[in-house]
Amino acid sequence: MSKLGNLGARLHRGEVGYDFVGNRKIWYGISILITITAIVGLAVRGLNMGIEFQGGAVFTTPAKTSASVSQAEKYAEEASGHDAIVQKLGNGSLRIQVAGIDTNKADQVSTELAKNLGVAEKDVTGELVGPSWGEQIANKAWQGLAIFLVLVVIYLAIAFEWRMAVAAFVALIHDITITVGIYALVGFEVTPGTVIGLLTILGYSLYDTVVVFDSLKEQTKDITKQTRWTYSDIANRSINSTLVRSVNTTVVALLPVAGLLFIGGGVLGAGMLNDISLSLFVGLAAGAYSSIFIATPLVADLKEREPQMKALKKRVLAKRAQAAAQGESPSASAAEEPLDDDHEDAAPAVVGPRDQPVSRSRGRGRPSGKRR
Amino acid sequence: MAAPKKGRSASAQSKPGRSLALILIAIVGLTAGMFATGQTTPRLGIDLAGGTSITLRAVTEPGQESAINKTNMDTAVEIMNRRVNGLGVSETEVQTQGAKNIIVNIPKGTNAKEARAQVGTTAKLYFRPVLVTEISGAAATPTPSPSPSASSSGGATDKATDKTTSSSSPSGTPSATSTTQGRAVTDALKADATPSTSASSSASPSASASSGSDAATSKLQAQYAALNCVNEKARAEAGKGAKPTDPTVACGKNSSGQWQKYILGPAEVDGTDVKKASAVFNTRTGAGWTVTMDFTSDGRKKFGDITGKLAKNQQPQNQFAIVLDGEVISDPSVSEALTGGNAEISGNFTQESSQSLANMLSYGALPLTFKEDSVTTVTAALGGEQLHAGLIAGAIGLALVVLYLFLYYRGLALVAVASLLVSAALTYVIMALLGPAIGFALNLPAVCGAIVAIGITADSFIVYFERVRDEIREGRSLRPAVERAWPRARRTIMVSDFVSFLAAAVLFVVTVGKVQGFAFTLGLTTLLDVVVVFLFTKPLLTILARSKFFGSGHSWSGLDPKRLGARPPLRRTRRPSAPVETKEA
Repeated sequence: MSKLGNLGARLHRGEVGYDFVGNRKIWYGISILITITAIVGLAVRGLNMGIEFQGGAVFTTPAKTSASVSQAEKYAEEASGHDAIVQKLGNGSLRIQVAGIDTNKADQVSTELAKNLGVAEKDVTGELVGPSWGEQIANKAWQGLAIFLVLVVIYLAIAFEWRMAVAAFVALIHDITITVGIYALVGFEVTPGTVIGLLTILGYSLYDTVVVFDSLKEQTKDITKQTRWTYSDIANRSINSTLVRSVNTTVVALLPVAGLLFIGGGVLGAGMLNDISLSLFVGLAAGAYSSIFIATPLVADLKEREPQMKALKKRVLAKRAQAAAQGESPSASAAEEPLDDDHEDAAPAVVGPRDQPVSRSRGRGRPSGKRR
Repeated sequence: MAAPKKGRSASAQSKPGRSLALILIAIVGLTAGMFATGQTTPRLGIDLAGGTSITLRAVTEPGQESAINKTNMDTAVEIMNRRVNGLGVSETEVQTQGAKNIIVNIPKGTNAKEARAQVGTTAKLYFRPVLVTEISGAAATPTPSPSPSASSSGGATDKATDKTTSSSSPSGTPSATSTTQGRAVTDALKADATPSTSASSSASPSASASSGSDAATSKLQAQYAALNCVNEKARAEAGKGAKPTDPTVACGKNSSGQWQKYILGPAEVDGTDVKKASAVFNTRTGAGWTVTMDFTSDGRKKFGDITGKLAKNQQPQNQFAIVLDGEVISDPSVSEALTGGNAEISGNFTQESSQSLANMLSYGALPLTFKEDSVTTVTAALGGEQLHAGLIAGAIGLALVVLYLFLYYRGLALVAVASLLVSAALTYVIMALLGPAIGFALNLPAVCGAIVAIGITADSFIVYFERVRDEIREGRSLRPAVERAWPRARRTIMVSDFVSFLAAAVLFVVTVGKVQGFAFTLGLTTLLDVVVVFLFTKPLLTILARSKFFGSGHSWSGLDPKRLGARPPLRRTRRPSAPVETKEA
């Protein structure tokens, strides 16, 4: 534990850290690869739409059917190859709903069901049902999503800046694509639960990204007034300094979902619980990943196209080169090393309203390169 | 983002007890309310609790066999859905089954009887031209002939907003069963914003009804003469069985609560031609509450035609009646042809009456007539064992969360777990209370959403705790650290919760059905997160910071400076990572 605590402290001070921004190309590459896989999966396999979206068939068994709900569920799934929803009706008969079935298939399933349930074939009535989630609901959901995305991009552009809004948006699309892609690949049925899971992810992904951005914004406030760090360096620092939070939050959000997915779903096999928890699990993980590995590096990328930031980078690099020429800590590329080694004069360079005077006087006077 | 005001955080610090007391009172009060209503558990959706399943069968009417088609069935589903699930949080399901059945699944705990009445009401809404009208109960002297093509002289576009004959004989006490309460008779119909191009230049208004046979006409006259709308039974009988293509008699109540009787021409516009109607408070013209209607493209043409025709007529034949299930719910007069596709009805509306008329116009009309085929109870779609396993799995997951928090945050985890408990208690009680209040029901996705919300709620604490620990790492002692960490943690929490809330608000407003229910849950948990962090977590930490266990940084408090790797105070200002900590007043 104390090790963990120390790690947190070291991350906080920037003594250790992973160069997320420096290695962004690798992560972009990985993300693009996953996204392409997801899109291909989606294109090739398509989504397995549930009864709520495409309709299906409803079978009603005679009164006092002896089979249990879960038995009937199993039979229906075997007979049709789709998820089945089984309800017991007041008179003891079963209502079995199966998605994606047309008339021909319905007869076949009906026969098989009758056989398995041990009732006369003519007593099992089958009828096609329409989707309970009509186009209207789906359309409205899309509409709501679009409006929300527009508003959130505007909000982020105002509260932060447009680059962050763009990056958050990209990260969001990334998360959704991956989640949907995995759905297509695994072949789970898409139910309203899935849609709602996706919407949950959306909120979570943005939430997570916003927390990292908040720290980034704070740390880069007076960035142009110093020449120690480039924007990328600071972006990297802000990821590292919020890393503990990101990890903890993700663990706390993922644990219960993992419980549902692996314990609940694992014990009972595929079912509604599994559908929802899988989309949540994948989406939450993707959301945490993308806010660290995609969104923030992307902001740094976009930001460093700004003339101001370009100039800053030039100054920083020049300064580092100069320092290198003087034989002092030469590393100019990796962010964490200079953080560690050169921090002596960092204090005066980086503006901190309260600390500045104090730090300045203290920072000078010290033998450089020694901290402990 | 502004630097935290010293005074503000100081005052917050000085009264942590007050916040805690406030939230405690809130919990106790809400819980008491919950027990008072007798609804001690949140209502569950049909997938979790089962409920009642109603099967409705579309009935063919003579001559209208082709009316039962997919389009009409879908429209009916949509309308029923809005009727039983107006707010979108009640988890009622409506879907078609086969070619002419509709299944309505109502979760347990809903007033199934009322819901049945709502879905089953085969409301038929028509716009019919008014031929004759008068206060019912007064001596019936029906003089004018019911031929609608009467008096179509081009002039005389009377802009009468105040119409309808005498106000004599205040007969008829308003019957409670009436659906037409609050109807304003002084309705007038106006073009909405779009200047109406009076196109229809009286090109032979060959009104369809063309007086039928004389026999039929006189029969209608007789019916009209005999009709006494004050009599409830007579009202129900009036116009019964009338085909939309025939003229008929009908009753309606005017704004002063009097029954009025009518002879109405054939239906010109169907209720299904109304795309949307809404109640609007019109400040522009000072007309007060009005009802605006949008028509479908089909309806626009029909409505333009009829208004063009009516506008040329004299009172009362420049009126048309909006008839719902044989009863006139509004009879606005027309002063010009309205071809813009939207129209506005003004009159002595109150908010309530305009809203109710708008609802009737929007959702009142089912394209088909339905008969209740069967009503049966259904069990939860999600098997009992599934739910059971889900609950166990969720509990295990939660236990792991608590374990993790304790391992990582040690004593501080107590604060986190207590906050989660408070949050959970508030959520539970509010959801239970919302069951009876607005029909709120929880379905499985919502439960899963609530589980994820645990993560989001916990995030607020984690953000704050990490800030506090950072401050301690700077070498501060706990009490100042708790206060200094708060302003920035607060901002982060607000910014990210705002995003969540925005999502919830937009989805709730725009969407329908289950998505709306989800949005509601999300918004609720987000708001509660803010409430709990501000009124519980922060004050609790302030108080605990004064305790010896936490304040002295006990090694199990989770705030032990040594374990956190705090710099000795002497060197604490040597912070290379200046940007992280620059912010302070």
